[in-house]
Amino acid sequence: MAPVAPRSGDAIFANVERVNAELFTLTYGAIVRQLLTDLEEVEEVNKQLDQMGYNIGIRLIDEFLAKSNVSSCVDFRETAEVIAKVGLKMFLGVTASVTNWDADGTCCSLILEDNPLVDFVELPDTCQGLYYCNILSGVIRGALEMVSMKTEVTWVRDMLRGDDAFELQVKLLKQVPEEYPYKDDE
Amino acid sequence: MQFFGGSEISPSPPAPTAAGNNGNMIYVFNRNGVCLLYREWNRPLRTLNAQQDHKLMFGLLFSLKSLTAKMDPTSVDKGNLGVPQLPGQGCSFHSFRTNTYKLSFMESPSGIKIILVTHPRTGDLREALKFIYNLYVEYVMKNPLYTPGTPIRFKLQIA
Repeated sequence: MAPVAPRSGDAIFANVERVNAELFTLTYGAIVRQLLTDLEEVEEVNKQLDQMGYNIGIRLIDEFLAKSNVSSCVDFRETAEVIAKVGLKMFLGVTASVTNWDADGTCCSLILEDNPLVDFVELPDTCQGLYYCNILSGVIRGALEMVSMKTEVTWVRDMLRGDDAFELQVKLLKQVPEEYPYKDDE
Repeated sequence: MQFFGGSEISPSPPAPTAAGNNGNMIYVFNRNGVCLLYREWNRPLRTLNAQQDHKLMFGLLFSLKSLTAKMDPTSVDKGNLGVPQLPGQGCSFHSFRTNTYKLSFMESPSGIKIILVTHPRTGDLREALKFIYNLYVEYVMKNPLYTPGTPIRFKLQIA
């Protein structure tokens, strides 16, 4: 049974508050620049960006659910479609396409043609290992964790390193159903 | 969990009576059973202390959800009663009514549960619960000083 097509994010995008795209890009650039100055190690910066993204993601998911009114997704395929078409549109103003499904349906790639975080950005030679948009992978991981899916999100292709598009690989590790949190005492 | 005074949240549902607020109590839980918010406006009888009251409420909802998911006549059989379900999957109830009160419930896929206990004649409160969820997002989630998973302590001023 084919998954139901998710509602387009355009309607919601028109309703949420927006900030100036350049302000957003420049602010993000300043954050990364500052992290590089403070931490100096590119690996550390990557980890820190991922952690920041995770903290954002765990809060963002509620806003997303409240504004977009999607019902819960039946399976991971639908989840990926919803992230790409509704979620990214709502928060970044761009949509992504979902491809490269593996045989079990647990691993896919989100391809972003256009990424507002990297406008005007070039990586210098000293920062070649840097995943500039690592915050996005943290956000997706954090958000999915709050809806009981443990995932691993990595960058496969990055335009700042010379590839032709941004490709994020999202792999579902497991679904964690909720359990009764109280022990049966008293 | 603490009771705290200060300004109230007025859920402003489409009230069936002319009088403004006919809500009695509100609870907000997160997915781990932590009661993030509890307010009461009209509760004549209190039998348990706050901690046990919250546990009881959470346990009640948890069990009712399992029950409704299991009894769903439209879905294929999904495991036995008591098997943990993902929040949002399987059907879930949205209200129940007794002769003295009506309890309305909403759960988001991220596990946030909002419960409103009101007068039994109250109409369908799903819109009001969604409104409250939006408020929660705006004022709680977006507050940088709030740690997710802890009870809400700051005053919520709704203009």
